[in-house]
Amino acid sequence: MGRGNFMALALMLLGVAGMPFLTSGSYALTVGIFAGINALVAIGLCILMGSAGQVSLGQAGFYGIGAYVSSVLSIKFGLPVALSMIAAMAVASFAAVLLAVPALRLKGHYLAVATLGFGEIINVLLNEWGPGGPSGFGDIPHLTLFGYTLSSTTANFYFIWICVAAVIIFSLNILNSRTGRSLRAIHGSETASIAMGLDIVALKMKVFILSAVYASFAGALYAHYVTFISPSSFNLFYSVLALMMVVLGGITNVWGGVAGAIIITILPELLRKFEEFDVLVYGLILTLSLLFLRKGIVPLLIEKAVRLKGGSGARA
Amino acid sequence: MFTVFLQFLFSGLTVGAVYALVGMGFNIIYNSTSIINMAQGEFVVIGGLLMWFFTESVKLPFFLAAGLTILSAGLVGLLMERLTIRPLKSADLLLMIMVTIAVSILMRGVLMFKFGKDPYTYAPFTEGEPFTVAGAVIQQQTLWVIGVTACCIVMLYIFFNKTMMGKAMRACAVDTTAAKLVGINVSRVVMISFVLSAMVGAIGGIAITPISLMEYDKGPMLAVKGFCAAIMGGLGRGRGAVIGGFAIGILESMTAGYLHSGMKDAVALVIMLAILFFRPAGLFGSVAMSRLRKF
Repeated sequence: MGRGNFMALALMLLGVAGMPFLTSGSYALTVGIFAGINALVAIGLCILMGSAGQVSLGQAGFYGIGAYVSSVLSIKFGLPVALSMIAAMAVASFAAVLLAVPALRLKGHYLAVATLGFGEIINVLLNEWGPGGPSGFGDIPHLTLFGYTLSSTTANFYFIWICVAAVIIFSLNILNSRTGRSLRAIHGSETASIAMGLDIVALKMKVFILSAVYASFAGALYAHYVTFISPSSFNLFYSVLALMMVVLGGITNVWGGVAGAIIITILPELLRKFEEFDVLVYGLILTLSLLFLRKGIVPLLIEKAVRLKGGSGARA
Repeated sequence: MFTVFLQFLFSGLTVGAVYALVGMGFNIIYNSTSIINMAQGEFVVIGGLLMWFFTESVKLPFFLAAGLTILSAGLVGLLMERLTIRPLKSADLLLMIMVTIAVSILMRGVLMFKFGKDPYTYAPFTEGEPFTVAGAVIQQQTLWVIGVTACCIVMLYIFFNKTMMGKAMRACAVDTTAAKLVGINVSRVVMISFVLSAMVGAIGGIAITPISLMEYDKGPMLAVKGFCAAIMGGLGRGRGAVIGGFAIGILESMTAGYLHSGMKDAVALVIMLAILFFRPAGLFGSVAMSRLRKF
């Protein structure tokens, strides 16, 4: 896993453990929970984009599938929440396969647009067929694990960030495996990868499914924490936001997704005091940071750290 | 029965005209830069809202207001290109697209700050009784929308085929490096493409607002539909976007009328996915050409 990653993980867990003691009231923790949920989506997108070089503007679709399938199964069919979440992830991966078979033949813009179309279609379907239609539905049960129901904000905060940590470790292991190296090879040159005997379609498919599973997991966590969902949480704007997190944080590093998710989640909260200016300032900050932090925050920080150490030392 | 069909057809043509204009705007920028400008829908919103501002708030005469609106939109396009696209010249295309998204959020922020969240409208271009064709009612503004769109198409056609600048822009679309080699100022072409596509979008906004109202957050949906139109006709092909826009507009209003209004928004997307999967070059694009493109 490397020393840099280990340190980052330890730092993150320390921060997470300390959060409830450093802040008063549940507001900061709630924001923290959303940051964690977004981080899960962003990590998936990071692997998809940074390692396999595929762009998705449809993560909201998978996110929505996760939330809706898990909620409906637990309410209407009385399934235990843990089980319904797993079912939701299975449904999302099935949807990912359906989308990936035709879409992965496309590249660049075309793939981005195809995924955008997919996400928006899911949103229309949720509006039409989802319980409650556009206004959504509530009374979704909290997650119960080993007889303990995660209903308090603090419990949810810890649980979600433990999930984030687990997903990060899992992802880093994938990226440092044979599969991860193959993915980077595809990103470098598809033709060369094929010549080296890599089954690029299967690899792209796998990573696409992985990102869908992460997003649907995040969606299910969201639904069972908030206990109320409506289609507007899963629209194109969310997909764009997810992409923004990854680009802002840096697509070449899983930590970029985490950092981007935290920043993008906290930013609107900080901008609340600007009132009617908030969208304006938000847009301005996004535009400027894209213009001036082109590689993304985390890769830039690593570069700086390496320069300070005077060469080799840290590695992503 | 036929009357109802005709009614749907006309409302489809009206929306379709705007989709066509947005689609053409996409193509103009795509051809000179290979960028998908996600802020394209905002240009339409700017057109509608500024026109309201100049006619209803400043009380300028119609033509002056329209002229000022189109010029201001062009200026926004110019600023967008000079301030955000140009500095990123050699950057990754993905980053460029993200920047256009960020700029579109910024524009929405400015519009919301100035105009609030209410929908706006103003008087149609000409007052008077609607026409009836075989029982179907056509508002005069509908004809204006279609007429204005047709004018735009003709003017763009003349621009791209008869003027030096237009020809230079087409050359850039074929091969930027080769265009540079024969002495075309590519940077200026890119700038003009942004100005032009902002103006085209604003014209659409000016024409459609009396019918469908305009509010600050209408941009993204318009962009998605216009994009579907551009894809349907084959990305980068002007005439393709026109046909695609009208086709999507008509299919949408037929779906809303005969099937289910909620499914309206899915139509364009389903068509787009089908085309991407089975004929990525678009209905009118050549497959061989699209393979040559980097994106």
